[in-house]
This record gives sequence, structure tokens and C-alpha cells, in this order.
Amino acid sequence: MSAKIEVERLNLWYGAFHALIDVGLSVREKAITSLIGPSGCGKSTLLRCLNRMNDLIDDVRIEGSVRLDGQDIYAGTSALTALRKKVGMVFQRPNPFPLSVYENIAFGPKVHHLAKADEMDHIVEDSLKAVHLWDELKDRLDESALRLSLEQKQRLCIARLVAVKSEVLLMDEPCSALDPMATLKIEELMRHLKDDYTIVIVTHNMQQAARVSEETGFMLLGELIEFGRTPDIFTRPQDKRTEDYITGRFG
Amino acid sequence: MTNEGARQRIGFGLLLAATLLVVLPVLAIIVLIVTKGWSALSLEFLFTMPRDGMRAGGIFPAILGTFVLVLTSIAFALPIGVMAAVYLSEYAKDNVLTRIINLAIINLAGVSSVVFGLFGLSLFVVFLRFGVSIISGALTLGIMTLPVIITTTREALRAVPKSYREVSFSLGASRWQTIRHSVLPFATPGILTGAILSIGRVAGETAPILFTVAAFYLPKLPHALGDQVMALPYHLYIATTQIPGVPENYRYGTALVLIGLVLVMNIAAARIRSRFRRKR
Repeated sequence: MSAKIEVERLNLWYGAFHALIDVGLSVREKAITSLIGPSGCGKSTLLRCLNRMNDLIDDVRIEGSVRLDGQDIYAGTSALTALRKKVGMVFQRPNPFPLSVYENIAFGPKVHHLAKADEMDHIVEDSLKAVHLWDELKDRLDESALRLSLEQKQRLCIARLVAVKSEVLLMDEPCSALDPMATLKIEELMRHLKDDYTIVIVTHNMQQAARVSEETGFMLLGELIEFGRTPDIFTRPQDKRTEDYITGRFG
Repeated sequence: MTNEGARQRIGFGLLLAATLLVVLPVLAIIVLIVTKGWSALSLEFLFTMPRDGMRAGGIFPAILGTFVLVLTSIAFALPIGVMAAVYLSEYAKDNVLTRIINLAIINLAGVSSVVFGLFGLSLFVVFLRFGVSIISGALTLGIMTLPVIITTTREALRAVPKSYREVSFSLGASRWQTIRHSVLPFATPGILTGAILSIGRVAGETAPILFTVAAFYLPKLPHALGDQVMALPYHLYIATTQIPGVPENYRYGTALVLIGLVLVMNIAAARIRSRFRRKR
């Protein structure tokens, strides 16, 4: 039940726009935490704070603290690549490199010098097995990843993170480009993965949050309105705005 | 309605006429050179030395010279241009210095080629004491072609989808690793387009090589980068204006070979480019 990530009084500005306002929450280890809210509420921005992807944007200012395993990830810049190795990200649109399946998986281990050439085959196999792709793709490792189905691509993107031994998986609307069946399969995969990984998922889809996550945060206009156990948020919301959102009165 | 239709037809007619006006001279040039120069082409013309004060025999030394100049100048300009473009588009911040550099590149593209020739003469030939040589000529041509390579490379880098960089960064790759492994490979075809554009320019220019490398006539082929060479455009110039009694088909044949050489080198480069495209 320990906290993997602790966010405290986090504020973020894009130029003059105050995108995150005093956000605080803690993400449980080896569980799934979901962030819901209408478009533009800051949920993706919050997610991107957790592996410092917002650093890539010009004109962004961040205050407050984000602690991963007790260490403030915003203190100093030297550990940035190590942070991103530990906290991996799955994007809305499946985005494999236009390389072969094998090379997609090998990319991460290569840049982190994790493997010698003879170990790479094992890493690729284990990573693909972890996302239940091995049986489908073991004979297609040299094929371009662009030829895979959307669901397979998204699994491959998750496998890339497995390959660098990420501990936290940040998923930014990972199923919004997928059909309902593929969505269910990815959700099933997430349930498997949470035995070994801490997962934070941003989703538009409230049912998805209800189905997969242990804890849910509701965000609105840059504020985290309510955060708690998923059943509580969906059955006994404390805040009127949360209730209005989950009952479909707006959003 | 009919009035509108008629206007539209007139409009399209004008646009078509303008397009044809662009195509016509190109066709005319090709037809002229091929018809007048075709009869000169022979193995002897392509592969032997000139005879009779360059009124007969072959133009092999000029072909070889132009070929060597293209290769050496691209070999020099491509790496430098690509590195500069990577720095400018991936690392450099937008400040006064980069703006001055950008301005310099644009201006470099606008400098007339004879000025490059004089510059090459004073810097490489005289000051650095490379003499009138392949190395001086190639460096001069290379500098002339740098803006093209830098500009096309930057376009190619800009065209790489943002998501490749994002994924790469999100996997913990450093900026350099991202450029090396997930940006440059996908920009390579675009970068080669710059090289292809440069080939034609380098092969066809006369002024920059006039003072830096080109020889009127050499009885021997070049052996080292310090040697002078004959080159097709300069040879064409002297055969047309400096030597009386050169047969017409000999001159047009030289022009035809120049066009053909550029075509062959472009096809080779395009082949390499499509190799890279397929790998994606």
C-alpha cells in the first residue's frame, strides 16, 4: 500500500496560463490510478509532469514537488534519462518507430546500454511475452512495426517500456484510437501488468476508469477536485462537480 | 453562369500557357543539344584524350575532372552542411547569434558564383597555398553548395514527426541519441535530396573553378588532390570561344555529356535515397 509517487502543491504555467493549480495526490505502488475529467482539465499535463515530458515545451514553469520513491524528480537535472527510463509513457496514438518489431523493442535497451548483443534476443522475447504479443509476432520480428494492427502497435509500445525495466507506466488515453474489443484486451493487459508495475492512466472514458483502476482522480480546470478509491468516486462522490461529471451532466 | 464559365476557361488557359512557357525552354534545350551533339558520341569521345589542339579525339579528362570535383566537393560539403543544420535546428536557441547565422546562410545562397571563385582564389589558392588544384576547387564549390545542403537538411529534420522525438525522449534517450537514432534516419532521404540538388550545381558551374582548379588543357590525367583538372563546363567554354575550328557536334557533344553525367549521378543518388526510404 506504499506510495510510489507523491505529488505536492504542484503548479504549472504555460506562459501566463495556469494549467495545474495546487495539485496533490499520491499514487499507490503496483496499482492502477486513473485521472478523469473533461478536455483541457490538465489531466494529461499532470501525467506529463510525472516523467518531466513537459520540460520539452518552451515557456513552461513548474512549482511544487513530485517525489518518486521519496526522491524529488525536479531537483537537479542530471537524472532525467534515468527518470524517464524508470517512468515510461504510452501515448494516445500508438507510435512505434518505423523500424522492425525487434528494433522497436531494442531501442530502449540500446540507448541505456542495458544489454549486450547476445542478450538482446532474450529481452525482446521477454518483453513481447509480457504484453502477450510473442506468439503472434515471434515469426514477424523483422517486419516493420507499422504493419501491425493498432492494438498490436499499442502493445508493442508497452513492450518497449518493459524492455527498459520501467517501474511506472504512464498511459495517456491509451485506448482512444482503438476499437472496443481492442480496448478490452489492453485493459486486460493492464490488469496483468499491475502485479509488477505502477500504472497511471489518463482517460476520457469513465467506464474505463471504473473498470480498471483502484483509485481515481477527477480534474477540472487545472484542479484536482477529488481523489480516492474508484468505487467511492463513482458511487459516493463528495463534491457536487464530481457527481455532475460522472452522471454525465457535463463534460 | 456562361460568363463565369468562360472566365474560368480563360483563367485556366493562362495558367496552362505559363506552365508550358516553363517547360518549353527545357524541352528546346534538350532537343537542341541531343540533335546537334548526338553524332559526336562514341567510345572514343568518352574515353580518350583530346587530339589536334582539342579539335578531335575525346573529352575523357574533362569528364573525369568534373566527376572528381563533384565527389570531392560533396564529400566535403555534405557532412559539414548536415552537422551545421542539425546544430541549428536541434540545439541552437533562437537568439541574435543564430539569427545572424541564418542571415549569413541566406546571403551565402545569393552570392554570385564568380565571387565564390575569387574568394577561393584568394583563400585556398593563394593564402592557404593549396595552389590551383582539386582541393581548392572542391572547397570553393563545397562552400557554394553549403546553403542548399543546410536548407534542405533543415527542412528534412523539420518534417520528422514530432512523435518520434517524443517517444525517444520518453524512453529516456538523450538529445543526441534521439537525433542519432530516431531523427536522422528518417531525415536521410530529405538530406540526400539536398545532395542531389548540389550535384547539378557543382557539375555545371564554371566561375568558381575558373581560378581555382580548371585547366585549359592537360596532357596527363590527375593523380592527386593537388593536381589541376580539366572540367566539362570550362572545356565547353574554351571549345566554343577560344579555339577556332572546333566541330559543332564536338561542342554540343560536350554539353550532352555534361547533362548526361549529371543525370547519371542524380540517378545514382536517387537510388541510394530510395534504399533509405524502403528501410523505413
